[in-house]
Amino acid sequence: MELSDLLGQTSEWLKGTGDSSDIVVSSRIRLARNLEKIPFSHWANEKQKKQILDIIKPVVINHELMKEHLFCIIDELDEVDKNLLLERHLVSKEHIQPGGSKAVVIKNNETLSIMINEEDHLRMQAIKSGFNLQGAWDIVKVIDEDLSGKLEYAFSNNWGYLTACPTNTGTGMRASVMLHLPSLVMTNQINKVLQAIAKLSLAVRGFYGEGSDATGNFFQVSNQITLGYSEDEIIDSLSRVIKQIISQEKQSRINQLNNQRKMLEDKIWRAYGVLSNAKVISSSETIDLLSNLRLGSDLDIVNGINSRFINELFIIIQPAHIQKVAGKKLNSAQRDEKRAEIIKDKLKK
Amino acid sequence: MLCDICHKREATVHITEIINNKMTELHLCEECAKKKSFQMEQHFGLADLLAGLSDFETPIEETKKSTLKCPNCGLTYEEFRKIGRLGCSKCYTTFESNLKPLLKRIHRATKHVGSAPVKETGKVKKTQAKVKSEESEINKLKEAMQIAIDKEEFEKAAEIRDKIKELKKNKSKEK
Repeated sequence: MELSDLLGQTSEWLKGTGDSSDIVVSSRIRLARNLEKIPFSHWANEKQKKQILDIIKPVVINHELMKEHLFCIIDELDEVDKNLLLERHLVSKEHIQPGGSKAVVIKNNETLSIMINEEDHLRMQAIKSGFNLQGAWDIVKVIDEDLSGKLEYAFSNNWGYLTACPTNTGTGMRASVMLHLPSLVMTNQINKVLQAIAKLSLAVRGFYGEGSDATGNFFQVSNQITLGYSEDEIIDSLSRVIKQIISQEKQSRINQLNNQRKMLEDKIWRAYGVLSNAKVISSSETIDLLSNLRLGSDLDIVNGINSRFINELFIIIQPAHIQKVAGKKLNSAQRDEKRAEIIKDKLKK
Repeated sequence: MLCDICHKREATVHITEIINNKMTELHLCEECAKKKSFQMEQHFGLADLLAGLSDFETPIEETKKSTLKCPNCGLTYEEFRKIGRLGCSKCYTTFESNLKPLLKRIHRATKHVGSAPVKETGKVKKTQAKVKSEESEINKLKEAMQIAIDKEEFEKAAEIRDKIKELKKNKSKEK
């Protein structure tokens, strides 16, 4: 598989299927793993990083789940391609920084992506569409178990999987759910929800994970604690909180429909109007408007547009995707023009 | 007075922040104030954690421990404190006595109860099954206690605390 093939397909997690997909965009499980003795990737020298890659790569690409895959050495990619992977949530921000022998193996349907030489030797993540943490865990568990039989994982009976950062020690697991909560934001209830989440030792981040702002009413909620709970318990307790948030967002949407229907419809149709008529539009404005449009489609105010269509738009209007489609480097002003063109074209269909 | 952040709108919200005994005053418009308070809340979890990282050991022990160096990868304890990342799997043994309280602070636990590599499972799984149910029971109670405290339901919190004590007592008896 080639990197450019990604453009022609919709990532599995954007398909808008799965439970509660009107509120939950996607569910993700990430595991951090390291080899015994060899320094963790952030502390290893170039020779050791090469050694790590040479040990791990053949085991990963020969795994049954990875039969059809894309393999990339990060340093060999240009800026646009690196950011394309980032925009599709296949690599982390940290991973696309220069640093030799960093690589990623991506399963063809983009449900599974394995980073080699991020801060840990191995970062494996599975993403599923909708509220489906169990589904993501089922995938990543299979490959982790098989790899654990072939590689010498750094593991202690007391502390579990040993990771570069002590915040991952234990299961090395980060379970996260991407939520779209426009109604809780509009009705100013979101801060209460975020405060409650922080008290429960869970973290909230923006659309692009660590260090990103919450844009377009998207929030990524994940566990912080990795030691002292089993993987199933981590998934279970996060799921319980997510269910609560979903029901609050649902209730808030119903209240708005009952009490502020006109205001809501106005907001949604205005978003539609701008998106289908703008000549120049920034990505942040687009994301805010798409968020409103998504709400409109979820509430059946706007018909004929499904969540898969909008999810896809969220990704293809990102800077690297626009440049990849255009086939050349564009500055920010050129991108804003091209973006307006792409959206208008998509909405016409 | 104009807003300190956008310099466009009239400042209507006035915030006094005290960081490291230094007082700074911020004059913000409503919009920027909202954004700022949102950022603060968003980072609450992380700040909480970092506060935990900074005071994880007592100063008396520090002089003795700061000279520790991992024989496998060469990372010193001082370097670990600076970058917040360990150097290799052996660091966990080298810095064990410092890591224990740190891990406890981050995770409120010191014992792994999750899965183990296939290569280890033969010897690990059986011993873990029992520990797992007890440890996680205690952890669940601890979390419930924290929630009760947060909600200021102190009677309930005290009840849970007693339950935890009981469980811990039983566990140490068995040993």
